Amino acid sequence: MGIMKFTKVVLQNLFRKPATRMYPVSKRAYFANTRGHIAIEIESCIYCGICVKKCPTHAISIDKGTKCWSIERLKCIQCNSCVETCPKKCLTMENAYTPPVTGSVEDLKESFHA
Amino acid sequence: MSKRSIIPFGPQHPVLPEPIHLDLVLEDEKVVEAIPSIGFIHRGLEKLVEKKDFQEYVYVAERICGICSFMHGMGYCMAVEEVMKVKVPERGEFLRTLWAELSRMHSHLLWLGLLADAFGFESLFMQCWRIREKILDVFEMTTGGRIIFSVCKIGGVRRDIDSEGLKIIVKVLSDIQKDLEEIEPVFFEDYSVKHRLVGVGVLTKAEAHDLGAVGPMMRASGIAIDTRKLNYSAYGQLDFEPIIHQDGDSYSRCVIRFKEIYQSIDLIRQLIGKMPEGEIAVKVTGNPNGEYFARLEQPRGEVIYYVKGNGTKFLERMRVRTPTFANLPPLIKVLQGCELADVPILILTIDPCISCTER
Repeated sequence: MGIMKFTKVVLQNLFRKPATRMYPVSKRAYFANTRGHIAIEIESCIYCGICVKKCPTHAISIDKGTKCWSIERLKCIQCNSCVETCPKKCLTMENAYTPPVTGSVEDLKESFHA
Repeated sequence: MSKRSIIPFGPQHPVLPEPIHLDLVLEDEKVVEAIPSIGFIHRGLEKLVEKKDFQEYVYVAERICGICSFMHGMGYCMAVEEVMKVKVPERGEFLRTLWAELSRMHSHLLWLGLLADAFGFESLFMQCWRIREKILDVFEMTTGGRIIFSVCKIGGVRRDIDSEGLKIIVKVLSDIQKDLEEIEPVFFEDYSVKHRLVGVGVLTKAEAHDLGAVGPMMRASGIAIDTRKLNYSAYGQLDFEPIIHQDGDSYSRCVIRFKEIYQSIDLIRQLIGKMPEGEIAVKVTGNPNGEYFARLEQPRGEVIYYVKGNGTKFLERMRVRTPTFANLPPLIKVLQGCELADVPILILTIDPCISCTER
């Protein structure tokens, strides 16, 4: 009895596709909801600062004088709070994750200017 | 009497998933006493509550643990909601319960995999984690995150699942059930698996009661207590009975957890069948003033959340009593008199989450 099951599983495993993906040849598709990183449409931003206040990790900062909105990618926890509270709806949550870090942490502050 | 020797075990050890240190006092190969010490990854999350806005603290609460993350956030939200007298809409409660049960499934599958790995059955380990992957995909599809969902907030939940999503969940559940039925005989009947588990680390019903075991550890010893029976969230509208086993050994704990996955599948089907329409969250205004103890059943057992507010947006005190902390005295009990080779399995059978315990 046991040997029958055993043989069946072995044969299945021989002819079945692997459970893993052959990355990077076949890449995993993101779901529509996946929280990857925050993107901004800087033209419609009014620099109100609500996203700065709502960010639980203080990853976002703005400079009203130079009209600059910046985010520290490593601090951001993709909680979606800023996206939900933005009055101009210029912040969006994109699916793709940010690429792995290679430089020093200070370089990772990404700034957007109008 | 043979000579006694002490073996330091952990905090870094190949078989331990998390840092706990045990001084094992041995007589030959037999453990006569185990002295635990924890505190290697204390992060001071309870103190942080004085610095973080009570609404933002949900994100911190979720990060207490990486496996039962959702239920930590849920427990914290339940306690604060009770203090603030906020009534979560019914659909919100149903969605919370759904994610909580999916979390239980993924936690138990993870544990079954680790157990298989601990007794050296690597392919079984991979089979368990292959099944678990489907649940993680469901999480990503519905919440946007695979481990940390950030979907629970005070007053409800932040994302809804549409009927299409619910249909996909039902389909995934039936796939998982089929997969589980395939590996079930390996856990329950395989000769070598039984040899490592049956009769190892017996915790009697009286001991489990006296030492205050919680969760599957307690139910494996024949005590039918399940905190879900307190009918918090949407559990009051679901039909289920706590799963118990009488032997109290490692095998019973394995069987309990395996059967609880089936139970969760059944609960999720019930939830989807009864899912009400309507709002998923209410707007919360004001600050918490008062205190409350919230209790809920995590995959590892009962967790207690204590919250005390003082009318400002920063809470005065927050305290978590995690299930692993309650299960440490029973662990010390079952370690006494076991063989040294069984120590990894016994530590694993309480499903230790030391990160939760130390917060």
